[in-house]
Amino acid sequence: MKTHENGSPWIISVFILVIFLGGWHLLTLRPSFHANGKTDEQLQMMEFNGDIVRAGAGGYIWNPEKMNGVPGPLAVVEKARTELSEAFVIKGTNDHGIAYLVLYTVSRFAGGFLAASVVAIIFGVLLGLNRVLFRAVNPFIQVLKPISPLAWMPLLLYTVKDPKWTAVLVVFMAAVWPTLATTAFGVSSLKKEYLHVAAILQLSWFKRLYRVILPGAAPTIVNGLRIAFGSALVAVVPAEMLLGELGVGYLSWIEWNNLDIAGVIFAILVVGVVGVILDSGFNKLASLVTYQE
Amino acid sequence: MSFLIADHVSKFFPGHAGGGDVCIFKDLTLKVDKGEFVTVIGHSGCGKSTLLNIIAGLETLSEGGVILNGREVSGPGLDRMVVFQNFALMPWMTVFENIALAVRSAYPDWEQAQVVAHVHKYIGLVGLKGAEDKRPIALSGGMKQRVGLARAFSIEPKVLLLDEPFAQIDALTRGVIQEELVQMWNATRNTVFMVTHDVDEAILLSDRIMLMTNGPSSRIAEIVEVTIPRPRSRDSVIEHPHYYKIRNHVIHFLVRHASHGAAVEESAPGGSSGPVPLVVRF
Repeated sequence: MKTHENGSPWIISVFILVIFLGGWHLLTLRPSFHANGKTDEQLQMMEFNGDIVRAGAGGYIWNPEKMNGVPGPLAVVEKARTELSEAFVIKGTNDHGIAYLVLYTVSRFAGGFLAASVVAIIFGVLLGLNRVLFRAVNPFIQVLKPISPLAWMPLLLYTVKDPKWTAVLVVFMAAVWPTLATTAFGVSSLKKEYLHVAAILQLSWFKRLYRVILPGAAPTIVNGLRIAFGSALVAVVPAEMLLGELGVGYLSWIEWNNLDIAGVIFAILVVGVVGVILDSGFNKLASLVTYQE
Repeated sequence: MSFLIADHVSKFFPGHAGGGDVCIFKDLTLKVDKGEFVTVIGHSGCGKSTLLNIIAGLETLSEGGVILNGREVSGPGLDRMVVFQNFALMPWMTVFENIALAVRSAYPDWEQAQVVAHVHKYIGLVGLKGAEDKRPIALSGGMKQRVGLARAFSIEPKVLLLDEPFAQIDALTRGVIQEELVQMWNATRNTVFMVTHDVDEAILLSDRIMLMTNGPSSRIAEIVEVTIPRPRSRDSVIEHPHYYKIRNHVIHFLVRHASHGAAVEESAPGGSSGPVPLVVRF
């Protein structure tokens, strides 16, 4: 009766992947070139344009160097192979290996996210503990929260005058509001009894904070951090594109400028993989501080 | 002079827009002697938990004062530990850590080994050996409140305040823990102030039962002295000839006051110092 639940999900996953790759491959396959019905002049013109090249026995084939349409999976794999083989090579100021690009993006992301988290948790706790202050500040948070972090970019760039820090600050702006709002909520909705116990036991302000308030609000704070994490990850890619800062987002844009669509697809995959790795790291940390009631 | 005195305490909550303040109780005076177990019993919403929270310092009072051992107390403190109705254990701490947090606060100069030994002693007293490293999520309601009791007794407060401590525990377990509480109290003879709406619990545990009228403007109308000799157990108590007399008296009072307490107004002598409770002795 329970056979449905005994099936392995990964078999289905592999099946979906095979279907997807197979479909992609077939849809992007080009039929081989046939010279039928074309005059020699037309063929010469096409050769001159670089659309076709002469093959061994006097016939023509499509020029493999010139791509038309969306590249197939094999082209992307080939691109990934070359990129990964040069992962640690620095060819020029704007041509760093993929490993460096990932490192730049991750450090930019980590810097902005950590700074935003620290600031947001500190202010969130203050707001959560002081109802009047919370109600006074809440309208401002509500206005600032929905603003896309990228909307800040021109102003930030103008103010700090440095694209490196602007990118970090865009990540900061993306990450600060969700954590701030949920921390304030988590602290203010902390069960009264916990604070009562802390008050009866005469815990010092500091002990009250790190033994009772922070661990008590931790599950809510972690939820806020999770939302902030996602929005920061979303913000870092376009920030790099717009600012021209080296990173995986920049990689995607520069490959587009090169009209290397396989490179764009590779860059998209790298963003996905980086996101998954960061996310699983975050979940590991989160499981350390949450509790069940 | 009594050990714990709530002296002419009044509590008003701000009323709805336009209306005046709502009076929870006014000019309420109660005295508890050292080593005495006193219970307040009354209907839900009569203000008995508010009274307990005022004594604990967790709520402010509007008028009057609370005097413990000859000194006025304001704000919460280690000398008045509360056992909460919903246990109030920190869910992110183990049983051991919950109690150790209290012990370290009460005895800040103690060495680690001393703290550990003290915590284990009280975990043993409530029969929770082996559950030290469990978190509250893994405990039943009865076990949670055993931890609450161990935490409260472990800091050896001057007064223990029990706020309907067994209300959320199933009836069978409740009896067992009440008996454990009797034994712990026999051993320590703490001063205890308890709030409950369980008549049997009140008779089993108390030296005196204070009967509170319904709010608003509730007051302590009667004080029932329970003379059933100690040590008591659930078995022996119900055999005692006075048990059902007391029980019937208390239940009659509670039924009379189920509707708003107009029934007692005629028996209450007026006066600025508030009516004096009728003392009933069995």
